[in-house]
Amino acid sequence: MNQMVTAQWLLGGESIYWTSAGKWSESFADGALFADQAGADAALAASQEFVKQRVVVGPYLIEVEVDSEGPKPTSARERIRAAHNATFDIDHGSWTARISDSISD
Amino acid sequence: MYRYDQFDATFVRERTEQFRGQVVRRLAGELTEEEFRPLRLKNGLYLQLHAYMLRVAIPYGELNSKQMRKLAFIARRYDKGYGHFTTRQNIQYNWPRLDDVPDILKHLADVEMHAIQTSGNCIRNVTADHLAGVAADEVEDPRVWGEIIRQWSTLHPEFSYLPRKFKIALIATDQDRAALRTHDIGLKIVRNEAGEVGFAFYTGGGQGRTPIIGPLVKAFVKKEDLLSYLDATLRVYNMHGRRDNIYKARIKILVQALGPEEFGRQVEEEWLRIKDSVLKLPDAEVARIRAYFADPDYEKLPAFWPEFEAQKKNDAEFGRWVRANTDPHKIDGYAAVTISLKPVGMAPGDITADQMDVVADLADEYSFGEVRATHRQNLLLPHVRKQDLYHLWQRLKAVKLAEPNIGLISDIIACPGLDYCNLANARSIPVAQRISRRFSDPKRLAEIGELRLNISGCINACGHHHVGHIGILGVDKKGDEFYQVTLGGSSAEDISIGKILGPAFSYDDITDAIETVIDTYIGLRNDASERFIDTYRRVGIEPFKEKVYGSLKERRSAAE
Repeated sequence: MNQMVTAQWLLGGESIYWTSAGKWSESFADGALFADQAGADAALAASQEFVKQRVVVGPYLIEVEVDSEGPKPTSARERIRAAHNATFDIDHGSWTARISDSISD
Repeated sequence: MYRYDQFDATFVRERTEQFRGQVVRRLAGELTEEEFRPLRLKNGLYLQLHAYMLRVAIPYGELNSKQMRKLAFIARRYDKGYGHFTTRQNIQYNWPRLDDVPDILKHLADVEMHAIQTSGNCIRNVTADHLAGVAADEVEDPRVWGEIIRQWSTLHPEFSYLPRKFKIALIATDQDRAALRTHDIGLKIVRNEAGEVGFAFYTGGGQGRTPIIGPLVKAFVKKEDLLSYLDATLRVYNMHGRRDNIYKARIKILVQALGPEEFGRQVEEEWLRIKDSVLKLPDAEVARIRAYFADPDYEKLPAFWPEFEAQKKNDAEFGRWVRANTDPHKIDGYAAVTISLKPVGMAPGDITADQMDVVADLADEYSFGEVRATHRQNLLLPHVRKQDLYHLWQRLKAVKLAEPNIGLISDIIACPGLDYCNLANARSIPVAQRISRRFSDPKRLAEIGELRLNISGCINACGHHHVGHIGILGVDKKGDEFYQVTLGGSSAEDISIGKILGPAFSYDDITDAIETVIDTYIGLRNDASERFIDTYRRVGIEPFKEKVYGSLKERRSAAE
């Protein structure tokens, strides 16, 4: 199973992913994939430096599956984190228009 | 309502500045996350799935219009323009930045609000019947006692590091609108045979992975002994509650392990030692606090208002809203109005900053500036003249806050679930949205009648699924979301814990399963006046099980 290192920015809490350049990106697509446990563990260890620098909080490994569309997190939890948002429309700014829409189930 | 005195104002400001210092130290690297975490939690700040989340306390659910406008200001300036009301009468902001939180707390302090003890293993925000001071059959206004408990419990040095969190709720009528016996302590204000007013202690209730209906541990505690009896209860818990296992750390586990009688005996023993101490409540102090909760200047109005009766008759939509969203008031000519935060297809409990401002304006114009948060994630304008209801309804309708669904199937309790929460296994809000859309037809809603549907995204049960007439619990199956259904729960005076229907449903199947439960109920009920919960209690779970899994099998075969 492929793995990726993820964490959260300290200031805003956004989900971030460890890249092959040894930096962080808010885009899941930029995350480095590790096919072997040793590589994943080494990346997780390297990411700790950013915890010390007070940039990120709580790095950990996630499982990632790769299909024809590319890599995606295995769990629903991580798929929602990677999307940086709730899965429903929370743009309450447009609630007036939206409520009047007939929404089929 | 209660106003801060110099002491309250000073300590809330000092606490805000203390937290500002802690944030500065965290960002400067003087505090690690491990060191900072318990400090931020004591100030209501969580780190959730996408961002920080700030939980703001609304003691016993009471707000004034100025506070509501401040909540709107915070939502607009520091968040994404909305807030979320919870089952504990709190409000949560889902997107604040860490470095903004000290400023948010300062703004809250400006209107006598804070986020202290909205998290952590301490005594949390005390909740109460949202019809406090309004219900005609109330023994006494529970808000007075809610405020006394707030003052006693806030920064209580002995109870700041309990084995686990501790929740207290208060009611003063036989009707339970506050899920009393699901709390660590449920206090019911009662009158004894001698006519004295005091408190019945239901201790050791709770939800989560071990749902327990709080047993009656002490039938009558005099008012003057309220704090000493609370202190004695907390002391026994603090001493003997389990700290070795987080899942067994709540007081309910201790009460069950000892048995309510033995637990009560130990509390009594401790109480006899301390009852005549400084904790004895002086009448003068109770009177001082009671004065803050004096009735507003009600007008003398007729109980019957012909124009209002005609409006209900002539405008069916208004009539439906009055039936579902208003409660009787102790004063003739007034009603208590529930503002539904469950418009069809929206996130239960969410409200935009603009809507908050409108609610604040309406509170000023129609309800003596008072707003309440209810434990079912709605808002309440407690004192509205019946003659104003039609205008108020039109104003609410203009901002999509007039959904006539209180107490009906779309008045769903839902926790934030996996869309926001770090602990969740599955999403709650989109499931609630799908169900509310499925049951959006007003005629169907009315046909189904009273029904409480509650959804939790994990076994912690923040969405009260155990005590919903229909409960839905999100579970994780190898990374995918599934939903277990329970039937027959109730959080009211007829409290019961729901029974599991059977195997869990997928995200795509759960709405159909709920619809089959409803259709089965309609088919089984004696007549339209028999509520879902009463039919369930009469026929049991089997007929529901048969229909729901039978129909699921049929749908699957048809799909193949």
